[in-house]
Amino acid sequence: MSLRDKLASGKFVVTTEVGPPKGVDIEEMSKNAGLLKGKIDAANVTDQQSSVMRLGSLAGCYLLKQWGLEPVFQATCRDRNRLALESDFLNAYVMGIENALCLTGDHVSLGDHPDAKPVFDLDSVSLLQAVKELEQGHDLGGKELKGSPHFFLGASVTPGADPVEPQILKMEKKVKAGAQFFQTQAMYEPKQFEEFMKSVSHLNVPVLVGIVLLRSAAMARFMNKNVAGIFVPESLIEEMDKAEKKADKGIEIAARLINEMKDMCQGVHIMAIGMEDRVPAILTAAGL
Amino acid sequence: MLVSELKPWEEILGYLDGEGRVFIVGCKGCAEVCQTGGEAQVAEAKQKLEEAGKTVTGSTVVDFLCDKALVKLRLMPHEEEIVAADSLLVMTCGVGVQATAAVVDKVTHPACNTVNQGGARGEWRGSERCRECGDCLLDMTGGICPITACSKSLINGPCGGAKDGRCEVEPDVRECGWQLIYERLKKLNRLDRMKEIVPPKAYSKMEPPKHLRSTIMWALEQQEKEVPAP
Repeated sequence: MSLRDKLASGKFVVTTEVGPPKGVDIEEMSKNAGLLKGKIDAANVTDQQSSVMRLGSLAGCYLLKQWGLEPVFQATCRDRNRLALESDFLNAYVMGIENALCLTGDHVSLGDHPDAKPVFDLDSVSLLQAVKELEQGHDLGGKELKGSPHFFLGASVTPGADPVEPQILKMEKKVKAGAQFFQTQAMYEPKQFEEFMKSVSHLNVPVLVGIVLLRSAAMARFMNKNVAGIFVPESLIEEMDKAEKKADKGIEIAARLINEMKDMCQGVHIMAIGMEDRVPAILTAAGL
Repeated sequence: MLVSELKPWEEILGYLDGEGRVFIVGCKGCAEVCQTGGEAQVAEAKQKLEEAGKTVTGSTVVDFLCDKALVKLRLMPHEEEIVAADSLLVMTCGVGVQATAAVVDKVTHPACNTVNQGGARGEWRGSERCRECGDCLLDMTGGICPITACSKSLINGPCGGAKDGRCEVEPDVRECGWQLIYERLKKLNRLDRMKEIVPPKAYSKMEPPKHLRSTIMWALEQQEKEVPAP
């Protein structure tokens, strides 16, 4: 069953992230994929995450498919204009990739090529619209396609943003533009997430709550200071700080958060950021 | 000079949908030269609006609408007419619309598209406020330009990259443009504008013909070329 079918059937789904390597050595990526196989419903392949140049999402998705996983093609508007993006969605379709996550993307100034020209010809909303156009048999130029692709289209939202209303307004636009599921930015506060879910219940769209696995108290503090829309409460930072086995503690917290929030939403999206090998342990601890 | 051209009247009247009372602001600077916002165009606009069933509560033509301090001074005598209006129609470049929006707590509709600034930035010099995109979006965004205010020039709302109202790119000096737009629209009770999907921009309009992209000096240089050096 595909991710689309599972969500339609009401199953609580688990997605995670696979970050492609910086280079062409895919051994670790392949090992991680092997660990995840059969345990998750789909895996996103990031699109040069944090504007750091690396193996792309499209090739990564193709590999995951070969390795027996269901990929989610992450596409940002940072590096490609509308021609390249539309073309890459055609590329994805002929490679058998069925799911895509349409994102704006981080600014290039945050990554390892800060002198690059940022593109942002389209944005997340207009990218969703563009893919919808392709599905209807024509491109943004209005020209007819010879065979049209079809996708299960996702988008992202930051429930922890302050103020959150602009995020919700944009989420509504994304649904209108064609988003069929959402994966959220990392959430550490179930109460805040519950309120967010109440305020978007009218959209009737599946939401997969984002969980970022904690590595250490320092990492949590770093995210609080530098990553927008992420707030790790002091109580969790203290827990990490006091724990002797940081890895186990991070897994325990992630599993606890999943259990606290799983009744509020339709799935979970685990972002392990370089600790993909710990995802199976999170799932076991969460009873998923 | 900031070169502007008048938007199609159907687009302008579309902005004014649901608004019966309008105050018109013109500009005696570049917009008069471009014949988009001088006395004559303001009079024409008044006629067009009245034909469309609107009440024009008043109008004025300011020397340089891009000079924020001057705009405030010049609009003060018209306070009652402005308060009586649902919105303002501003007939000038993108900088002038934003200068007006910055001093009046009313919806400010742009009547023009800014095609080229010819190296000028207007008299409100503190920051870049117009990128001459040729398809002004200020009506959607409460008079704050998303092309210059947002580091990604996003036109459909904020990304997830703002923290404490600051942009991810230069948090020390840069506010999130979309947070400013959101707060402005909220204040004007126009948050519905953020719900409308803005189609991909026509970037072809940022490549206007050479004569519009250049300053008056360009024309002189062309003439010099025609005269062979002695």
